Amino acid sequence: MTDTTAPHVESGGHPPTSLGVPNEKMAIWGFLGSECLFFGALISTYLIYLGRYNDGPGPEIFDIPFTSVSTFILLMSSLGMVLALSAIQHGQMRRFRTWTLATALMGSVFLAGQIFEFTEFYAHGMTLGASPWSSSFFVLTGFHGFHVAFGIMMLLGLWSGSMMGRIPQERSWVVENVGLYWHFVDIVWILIFTVVYLIPAE
Amino acid sequence: MTAAADPLGRRSIFARPRAETGIWSWVTTVDHKRIGIMYFLTAFTFFIVGGIEALIIRAQLARPAGPEGLIVGPDVYNQIFTMHALTMIFLALMPLGAAFFNYLLPLMIGARDVAFPRLNAFSYWVYLFGGLFLYSSVFASGMPDGGWFNYAPLSTVGADPTGTAAGSLAAAEASHAARMLFYSLGLQILGIASLASAANFIVTILNMRAPGMTLMRLPIFTWMVLITSFLLLFALPVIGVGLWQLMFDVRFGSQFFNPAAGGDPILWQHMFWLFGHPEVYILILPAFGVVSEVIPTFARKPLFGYAAMVFSGIAIGFMGWGVWAHHMFAAGLGPVANSAFALSTMFIAVPTGVKIFNWLGTLWGGHIRFTTPMLFAVGLVAMFTIGGLSGVTHSIVPHTLQQTDTYYVVAHLHYVLFGGSIFGLFAGMYYWFPKVTGRMMNDRLGKAHFWLQFVGFNLTFAPMHIVGLQGMPRRIYRYQAGMGWDFWNMVETIGSFTIALAVLIFIANLITSSRRGEVAGNDPWDARTLEWTTTSPPPVHNFDEIPDVTARDELWHRKYAGPGTEPPVRVPAGGSQDHGEDAAEHHGGPGIHMPDPSYYPALAALGMPIAAYGVMTGGAAMVALLGLGGLIILAGLFGWVLEPSAE
Repeated sequence: MTDTTAPHVESGGHPPTSLGVPNEKMAIWGFLGSECLFFGALISTYLIYLGRYNDGPGPEIFDIPFTSVSTFILLMSSLGMVLALSAIQHGQMRRFRTWTLATALMGSVFLAGQIFEFTEFYAHGMTLGASPWSSSFFVLTGFHGFHVAFGIMMLLGLWSGSMMGRIPQERSWVVENVGLYWHFVDIVWILIFTVVYLIPAE
Repeated sequence: MTAAADPLGRRSIFARPRAETGIWSWVTTVDHKRIGIMYFLTAFTFFIVGGIEALIIRAQLARPAGPEGLIVGPDVYNQIFTMHALTMIFLALMPLGAAFFNYLLPLMIGARDVAFPRLNAFSYWVYLFGGLFLYSSVFASGMPDGGWFNYAPLSTVGADPTGTAAGSLAAAEASHAARMLFYSLGLQILGIASLASAANFIVTILNMRAPGMTLMRLPIFTWMVLITSFLLLFALPVIGVGLWQLMFDVRFGSQFFNPAAGGDPILWQHMFWLFGHPEVYILILPAFGVVSEVIPTFARKPLFGYAAMVFSGIAIGFMGWGVWAHHMFAAGLGPVANSAFALSTMFIAVPTGVKIFNWLGTLWGGHIRFTTPMLFAVGLVAMFTIGGLSGVTHSIVPHTLQQTDTYYVVAHLHYVLFGGSIFGLFAGMYYWFPKVTGRMMNDRLGKAHFWLQFVGFNLTFAPMHIVGLQGMPRRIYRYQAGMGWDFWNMVETIGSFTIALAVLIFIANLITSSRRGEVAGNDPWDARTLEWTTTSPPPVHNFDEIPDVTARDELWHRKYAGPGTEPPVRVPAGGSQDHGEDAAEHHGGPGIHMPDPSYYPALAALGMPIAAYGVMTGGAAMVALLGLGGLIILAGLFGWVLEPSAE
């Protein structure tokens, strides 16, 4: 019995913990679990209000090819994240910084696309208060965009930290944890894109 | 050590706080024990404020009254009963639980601190600023007045439909909208505090246990903290979404809950109670945990059915998610939904009943010592059982349709939350006071407190069953004579002032005992768990040597089970995440490194209410306040990340 709780010493510079999982990683997983409920509630709201367009526009306003492209870019940013992590785990600092910046850039392109999309919708009468459906669309995708923005800030923090030499190879777990968050935000977008854009109403 | 925490040995731009005494040492502390004490003092202050609000309610309802001769008018009355509930739930009971978690959790599992000491400080400051933010409404628009569950569409009346500044609305509507913003943003901020501490406690319990402390050797209190933390982690985002939606409705003209525009007010009810029912268990499980420590100590028996206790707690944690709509039986969900939730509500009484019988089984045949904490613990078992039984009566839909929104519900919830949570938390205060201060609380005053509170509690809330069944509605600011409610309302008011007297005795006891109480020693109660192996109060690093755990009720086995008394082994557990590796190896001696104090958690927390005030204004002020708050939060977070946890 003692074996299961004797401190495990992880490779990669982690202090020993009872379960062998680093504290930070466990906290991130817990936080992501919490985020599942957060986005779950937002998506449920959207599904409930699907079809309640009042006199405003409905899903026909979506430009699916455009959003598909920005979705593709966001998904590719996950690949960039993986490559960044792999680079720092192998001690290739330049490559790590390049991929971190590339990931942040792809996230920014996605965000720019979202901002463009929002302004287009507003110009066509789909405002926050137009209908319960538009309210739930903007709040759902807006909160997702906020998560992307926060992720970009963390990526830029990683990049600047690396420039200052504060993230050596032994601390690659910092990158791994940011990566967990980034992939989660991507996966949520897959869900949102499918539910909101691809599944047609009625 | 610095090298491990910061590879280049760089210092942050600003000097680290160094004070070890005085106010700045408290502002910058990351010591879980000090944070626990701050949680306790703050939460107890809010408990007094919430209690005063309750006394105003009871004074007003003591006698039937016409429109004149009232103590407070309907508007103030609405604010007071709303804030009574919000204060007691979010500012008193939850943080009092957090006070116990903070202080005791690392001690109980044999750790030197929580997993994230600065996150812990952050939680406290966010909680404090969130509470002050909520109460600052009294100087602005008036306090929230929609009841603690703040049903839509009442909560969205006065919403700003055009998205322009709230100042352009008619004054009354604007002030109502501002109150709702105080509600949604205040609870949002408090939710962040709870979320951060929930994640922190989960990681601490799972990852920071002393060697040999398997999950099934954890003290039951720790188990209940773990379950509570998971409930918080998953329940808070749901209410968070509801609160954001309310905020967007009220301030930015979205249409989530406005039925005139096709929105669905019932959605708010679902969001609220999907959080609200797990919240009930968030409030009661910590008290269950306290009682599960107190009763075995004073019955001098191991807890009866430890595994059943653990698994019934887990069962409550799961089933708590499947009962929320029993708060909505009167909303017209239809017979299928109502029947399903009626059944699940009856089922959840089973694991709760398991706990009651386990406590009785622990008491059975024990050498019982009726000390003050034991009295409160047994008080919980009795009072909670009454509240639990009246809760089961609510699972019967026709019965609920009769009792909904009457004082019967008020009676039920106070038997559960006051007779349950508060009695349990008082048991914990008396039980662990010697550990925190090194002195015993006066037992005679403690018993006076218990009996006065016990009698006062029952005088206050038992008659509410009767007037509730007679049809007296909740949340009325006055009632007329001749309804048959006069006598019992007077009794209730007398009872409530008896409780106030009891709490005054407690405060007097707290102050005098902390100064002049009998010196306690390490283990005054002949207790069973690890926190009693260290000194009272414990040193900053909790344990000179991390204990090696060989049994459930480790201390008891060391004291009474012959072979369990070999000297503790020096092992590398505890401290913070930055120096979990054996500090003694690096320093060749008793140099245990604890995390250093930090300004940044308090700084980051300070940004939140500032940003929240921004939402209430409009135009340039809004941009400025949101920007300022956001910048402060970011500055705090960046300073936090760039500063090593310990130098």
